[in-house]
Amino acid sequence: MKNYFKDGIKGFRHFVEDGETEEATRRLIDKIKENRFNAYITVCEDAVERAREIDKNKGDGRLLGMPIAVKDNLSTRGVETTCASKILRGYVPPYDATVVERLKENGAIIVGKTNMDEFAMGTTTETSFFGSTRNPWDEDRVPGGSSGGSAAAVASGECIASLGTDTGGSVRCPASFCGISGIKPTYGFVSRYGLIAYSNSLECVGTMGSSIEDASLLLDVISGKDSRDSTSIDPTLYRRSSEKFGKIGVLTQFFDGVEEDVLKHVWNAIHKLEDLGIEYEEIDLPNLRYALSSYYIIAMSEASSNLARYDGVRYGLRGKDLAWDTTFSRIRAEGFGKEVKRRILMGTFSLSAGYYGKYYLKALKVRNLIIKDFEGAFRKRKLDAIVSPTMPYKPFKLGEKIEDPISMYLSDIYTVPVNLTGLPSVSIPCGFSEGLPIGIQLIGRAFDEETIINIAKIYEENTDHQKKVSGLL
Amino acid sequence: MNNVMIGLEVHVQLNKLKSKLFCGCSTDYQDEEPNTHTCPVCLGLPGALPVVNRKAVECGIKVALALNCEVLEQTLFYRKNYFYPDLPKGFQISQYDFPLAVNGKMSIETDRGEKIIRINRVHMEEDPARMIHEGGIQYSRHSLIDYNRSGMALLEIVTEPDLKSPKEARRFLDKLRSILEYLDVFNGDLEGAMRVDSNISLAGGDRAEVKNISSHKGVEKALSYEATRQKNLLRRNIKIIQETRHYDEERGITISMRTKEGEEDYRYFPEPDLPPMSVKSWTERLKDEIPELPDAKIRRFVEEYGVKENHARSLTSDIEIADYFETVCKSSICTIPRQKVVRRAREIDPNMAASWIVDVLKGELNYREMKIEGSPLTEDKTIKILKDLSSGKITEKNAVEIIREILDNGGDPEEIARRRGFGRLDRSETEILVKKVIEENPKVVEDYHKKKKRALNFLVGKVMALSKGKSAPKDVNELLEKYLCED
Repeated sequence: MKNYFKDGIKGFRHFVEDGETEEATRRLIDKIKENRFNAYITVCEDAVERAREIDKNKGDGRLLGMPIAVKDNLSTRGVETTCASKILRGYVPPYDATVVERLKENGAIIVGKTNMDEFAMGTTTETSFFGSTRNPWDEDRVPGGSSGGSAAAVASGECIASLGTDTGGSVRCPASFCGISGIKPTYGFVSRYGLIAYSNSLECVGTMGSSIEDASLLLDVISGKDSRDSTSIDPTLYRRSSEKFGKIGVLTQFFDGVEEDVLKHVWNAIHKLEDLGIEYEEIDLPNLRYALSSYYIIAMSEASSNLARYDGVRYGLRGKDLAWDTTFSRIRAEGFGKEVKRRILMGTFSLSAGYYGKYYLKALKVRNLIIKDFEGAFRKRKLDAIVSPTMPYKPFKLGEKIEDPISMYLSDIYTVPVNLTGLPSVSIPCGFSEGLPIGIQLIGRAFDEETIINIAKIYEENTDHQKKVSGLL
Repeated sequence: MNNVMIGLEVHVQLNKLKSKLFCGCSTDYQDEEPNTHTCPVCLGLPGALPVVNRKAVECGIKVALALNCEVLEQTLFYRKNYFYPDLPKGFQISQYDFPLAVNGKMSIETDRGEKIIRINRVHMEEDPARMIHEGGIQYSRHSLIDYNRSGMALLEIVTEPDLKSPKEARRFLDKLRSILEYLDVFNGDLEGAMRVDSNISLAGGDRAEVKNISSHKGVEKALSYEATRQKNLLRRNIKIIQETRHYDEERGITISMRTKEGEEDYRYFPEPDLPPMSVKSWTERLKDEIPELPDAKIRRFVEEYGVKENHARSLTSDIEIADYFETVCKSSICTIPRQKVVRRAREIDPNMAASWIVDVLKGELNYREMKIEGSPLTEDKTIKILKDLSSGKITEKNAVEIIREILDNGGDPEEIARRRGFGRLDRSETEILVKKVIEENPKVVEDYHKKKKRALNFLVGKVMALSKGKSAPKDVNELLEKYLCED
């Protein structure tokens, strides 16, 4: 049987040119429906029809005919969008997120909405109301999260590339756990219009592909100023990839908490880059140890406010109405899962009168210190990128950490600071251990996605880790 | 009422804007079907983001400048978090620290002269949706929500507790409304355009907050009730507690809603979807767009037209009336260079125009619940009426009748006067009558020359009788004397 998906976007383009889009898409939809990894929440039934039109009329667009998966917290017109929460079941948005609009304008076919942690709150995709997604490399293990469905779909050939969102590592963590490439762009680089908010000041739409090239092509398509998002920025106004220093910083902090084989492969990658002419030096950012506390306070505070709109009045879960306040309580008690409730409660507490200054304001101050730490490191040491393991561990077993939230939160130690600073970052595979993928993270200067993508490409061209994913397809 | 202290929080809907505060939805929903002026943003749909309407911020700054406020260097939106069915996002985008402007002042007329009321702050926020309870809130079995109002731009204007009586509060709101209409940012006639919360306390008592006063006219009534209630408590030595009270407009009373312990914690924090705005730099440009405001106009009317101050005050309380007055006064001077003294050249005496507009026209409009703008009595018609009046062509009583008929049925002043037999004969017509009377009464003319005083009165009476009273007495006297002397 023909494997349509093993050579990524570039390979698939030949099939589109040869008029095989419909056949490939039909096979893909069938495969998604087998639901081997529970990567999808909703399948877009009209995908095959779209493919048929493309075969008939051709057309143009940089993603013409590409079957793309979209995380279920991105608004899709006419397609149920649930954020993997019971409270949003049955909600069909009347509008497309800007990123979805841009995919469609470029000829992409949206094949489905992918599974995720409920409201993107999680590191494993286990908090989904629709059940966990499984890691294609080992079905007993988590795919990472919160964009676990989007990563598993790419890794298992259930789409060619996908959109995820990244609030504290939610693109990079599952990319790392599933052995694929993921990009979290600079805050403001991609419009958030239509991204269902968890933590507005931290989250970004990111891209995933079986290679860094695919992920960066997708990013190119979806990025750019959007008048509907006041925090989006015209990137051409900012410096991109100007000076090159040929040097990276290695974030060696917290290395004693990192699994041994993860550390080994990360160092191997750094030495490989050294062989390719990129020097490194070890760096230490003093305020990083406060990053997790700062991150969780900001994220939960914003979440407590963002999730207040789910009251059942206009959409989603609804039942018999009583007095409005008891109705609100009942719907929210029934509709939200345990982790979401935990974060709403903690966020509500940290914004309360008398605690605001102690928690929220302090978290914002820490955030500023961390921003300065990064700025200082890039400038003073003349770095092109800062690297670290993406995750301190290999993919762990389903259920292994779900009952231990603190340990789960700690696994975000390398990804979270990036969201606090708004900097861009990519995760690419850098090796395998016990058959499980390991990822390395490259953090770049603001709006300098190009440099880290280029380093990732150089690495990718000179190694064959990313090619292993095609073995799964 | 002694020692009453009142502070107001006035919510003003910037209903002259074309679109809402954070989305492009039209604000023109007054007679529209519910929930037809909505979009993902003002419905609070998941994923939708607010974008600030710059025009709304400009309107806010203009109001702030008109109230002599300091515009802050940077302004910031905050989220005010609370649950209510009319609030689609579970929070209201409002302002907290870093409002648009602070430290303003506005003068009002009181019984003891002019008085300055300090303005604490001016900030912007979005209007919630409107809840409708069919058959009244007590009897309705359900709530209906209309999101057409959701996301309308509101300006909250907060005063210091400088108002000393419910009447002063009313005066403040009247003046504020007039300023807002001068700035062309507000139409006070639309439902819910101005809503007022108020703090009121008596010396020796804690303050009560009275919420839900839905019209600026209701303010005086609500506050009078509340002041009396507090006075009675003090008289009976009952402690007044700090609480929020609800104004029941139908019954005209205030009802306790919650005490201080039950106050909500709104968990304000900066709206992450809206970056701070540097607005101070806009003020120079916007200053130039502020028109002449009521106080300045009063001064100018007194100086330029020589009208009485109370007339000037009344004319300027409504910008449309003020403009109307000026059009009427300027009717005859358009060919005269601006700088010359023009008072003598006017065909219509400004004092007469002022007094007719204030004492007659405003009353007639009020009686008919009409506004001058769009009424059938256009400026040119009033000009005609006043000209005819001052030339003696019609009587004062005729003028009032003509005004009334035009307001009721429209029509042309001249045609009405003719049809209803109003108006005076002109001098030449009277002249014919005078000649006729002299000819027909040689005996009386003789008596006149014998210096019999009664004779002239008799002749005047004859002429007036012939003209059916339409000859100007002045003409009759002058002409009679002229022709009698010729004899």
